[in-house]
Amino acid sequence: MSEDTEAVTRIETPVYLQYNFTAGRAPARFLERIRQGVLTGQRCPRCANVYIPPRGSCPACGVPTEEEVVLPDKATVQSFTVVAIPIPNNPIKPPFVIANLVLDGANISFIHLMSECENSEVHIGQRVQAVWKPEAEWTYAMDNIRYFKPIDEPDVPVDRIGRLPIGGWEDEQ
Amino acid sequence: MTAMKEIAVVAFSQSDCLARAGAANEVELIMPQLRAVFGQVGLNNAQDVDFVCSGSCDYLQGAAFAFVAGVDALGAVPPIKESHVEMDAAWALYESILKIRMDQAESALIYGFAKASAGELPTVLSQQLDPYYLAPLWVDSVSLAAMQARLLIEKGLATEQAMAGVVARARKHAMVNPHAQVSGEVSIETLLAADTVVSPLRESDCAPVADGAAAMIICTVDKAREWGVPYAVISGIDHRIETHNLGMRDLTDSPSTRQAAAGAGVGRGAVEVAELCAPFSHQEIILTRALGLGDDTVINPSGGVMAGNLMMASGLARIGEVFRRIVSGDISRGVAHATSGPCLQHNLVAVLESA
Ligand SMILES: [Zn+2]
Repeated sequence: MSEDTEAVTRIETPVYLQYNFTAGRAPARFLERIRQGVLTGQRCPRCANVYIPPRGSCPACGVPTEEEVVLPDKATVQSFTVVAIPIPNNPIKPPFVIANLVLDGANISFIHLMSECENSEVHIGQRVQAVWKPEAEWTYAMDNIRYFKPIDEPDVPVDRIGRLPIGGWEDEQ
Repeated sequence: MTAMKEIAVVAFSQSDCLARAGAANEVELIMPQLRAVFGQVGLNNAQDVDFVCSGSCDYLQGAAFAFVAGVDALGAVPPIKESHVEMDAAWALYESILKIRMDQAESALIYGFAKASAGELPTVLSQQLDPYYLAPLWVDSVSLAAMQARLLIEKGLATEQAMAGVVARARKHAMVNPHAQVSGEVSIETLLAADTVVSPLRESDCAPVADGAAAMIICTVDKAREWGVPYAVISGIDHRIETHNLGMRDLTDSPSTRQAAAGAGVGRGAVEVAELCAPFSHQEIILTRALGLGDDTVINPSGGVMAGNLMMASGLARIGEVFRRIVSGDISRGVAHATSGPCLQHNLVAVLESA
């Protein structure tokens, strides 16, 4: 490089591409139903695991999941974290609780918020229930459920989390 | 040097070529093809093969790591050996062959998939170009192919008439292809009567882009005998790539195809059928010349990608088409070709023979 050539250390080449994204048949069915306030999973015909939100296959068996299963809005805390710092572009003010929750009758967890709780008292195995937005605000989105709040039920032992029947924990006891 | 292990193709399936696959996601596109190939061999799921390799491109769906979602179609519990190429699945086949030849597997499942309809494909493909000079210009894949066709015509190596002839023959062949998106009898005059879209290319010169998936199972010849299924042998496979600098290439020729063909041993016997991945009509003319194919070779009996260009799976499907014709007894030796990159930059050639 000659003395009088300045090193180019950076160029900007912005990329804008537009996509018409489709979630898939199974996720679309889930979204249609949650718009009506109904939580719909799918059961594997081989291992009987219930997935919510469904993707259309059982990843364990590699087979399509076609049977729909309507699930209640009660769940168990499988894991959680308390977020103490503001996350850029997140409208929720810290501290808040993000939890891995397993609905009764389902075998895998999904992530949602917890509220109406003492953050310091949130624990694995805790029983929670969905707090829904007013029906007029329901759309094709998981945040039709504002958050989950603790309910007055005994804790689920760790080895039973993700294995409760659709009838719930009290049914089982 | 010991003889290289012979590779057998034992199963192949592809979806219909659809301009839009509707609501289906990638897992929903892949699963029926996996079911079909497992069924052809009598396997349960990916647990029954030693290695899995897929080909796809996240840019087509516009979702980072979209290919990982494809693993949901496999049955990967307990864990499996799995790999991926950001390319047509013909290169996933190549990786799988290496895996078998290195004695790390006796069998492999290969699949390719895309939902190209989610984005504007020619524009999306501009982003595979050199990132400093060409990608910022957004030069699209159709315009680059049109420049290539123009050079070919100016050099007297092709005519618009000959290009229309490629399209007419492909569409006629596609009439017996149940997965074809475009097929039928059409005259060269009718094709030439249409206006050019990016001159000298007419819409008919550009392969119809399709959503879908294809899958294949390969294994050692010993394994194929153990499974007791009909098979075709891949007697040679090679791939070569040219510089990304389009200005340095002779776009009217395909030296990479010629070298890959020599490496794969195309000239060692008669070529009864050649399935060529030519997404633009003039590219079939270039490829036919580079491969040294004569009148005794039937080119693209399936209609080739002019019948429907299953993005990221069309190259694998060319190999699958030759495989199908060999196991059905129609032919005993054929050549398949896959391509990647702008203007036939990267080319793979495989020779398949009857057992
Ligand atoms: Zn299952």
